[in-house]
Amino acid sequence: MNVIIAFLSGLVFGVGLLLAGMANPAKVLAFLDLAGAWDPSLALVMAGAIGVGTIAFSWAKRRSLSLLGLAMQLPGATDIDRRLIGGSLLFGVGWGLAGICPGPAVVLIGAGVAEGWIFFGAMLAGMAAFELSRRAGDLLHAGRRT
Amino acid sequence: MNIDWTNFTPVPALAGGVLIGVAAAMLVLFNGRIAGISGIIGGVLQRSRPPGEAGWRLAFLAGLLVAPLLAAAVTGLPDIRIDAGAGTLILAGLLVGLGTRYGSGCTSGHGVCGLSRFSPRSLAATMLFMAAGFVTVYVVRHLFGGLG
Repeated sequence: MNVIIAFLSGLVFGVGLLLAGMANPAKVLAFLDLAGAWDPSLALVMAGAIGVGTIAFSWAKRRSLSLLGLAMQLPGATDIDRRLIGGSLLFGVGWGLAGICPGPAVVLIGAGVAEGWIFFGAMLAGMAAFELSRRAGDLLHAGRRT
Repeated sequence: MNIDWTNFTPVPALAGGVLIGVAAAMLVLFNGRIAGISGIIGGVLQRSRPPGEAGWRLAFLAGLLVAPLLAAAVTGLPDIRIDAGAGTLILAGLLVGLGTRYGSGCTSGHGVCGLSRFSPRSLAATMLFMAAGFVTVYVVRHLFGGLG
């Protein structure tokens, strides 16, 4: 059942991105271009999403189990550390270069856009590099302890 | 500031945002999980992933993939325009992949879900990646006159 919900959630999410214009990189870049002909639409996308999200998460925060009886897994980290800051800045630079973030990248592939594959392939490589560096870090850490 | 009123689409933007919020609400209310796309994809790549963690992630991604097929069948696909060349797309993809995993989230995980939870950490992340996005577009378009 949770797999069906996840599929439907992804579907609604994707339709939302398409309707909102978030799957159109040119529109995303027009939002990020404060000094050019600025298109403020995406601010309203965030407002709509957060408006609904606030209601859902205020309920979720008070529960330890979901409606399907699964553990409520909300992030527990609260520290604003170097990783959060550096990672978010790198992400923002990449987002500003192409106007594509991870959700729209998947939608572009479904839409049959060749550029979506190029971006998505590179994004997976970036994520794999993170995994490798984390494993290398773990090994190094384990080596220091022994 | 010069607002581009002809391309400003407040109603679809708000409606699309509401749908994104509904999708995130579904995932957290029923499954107890955060709809953070970079985390969902990254979790598939993790070798130390606990069993049962891959299925819902792949199902969510399948839903995202099917969305444009559904849209194409019902209303036709909306405009999609990409000006970036292959080199820019590769560099951008690498930075987005690496950055979202180091920073533990992207526009959906920090921007939508994190802000909906009133997480100060996600607020910091969102302000930083938006600021970096604004500066990058400014540098590329107004200092260098565009990228291929």
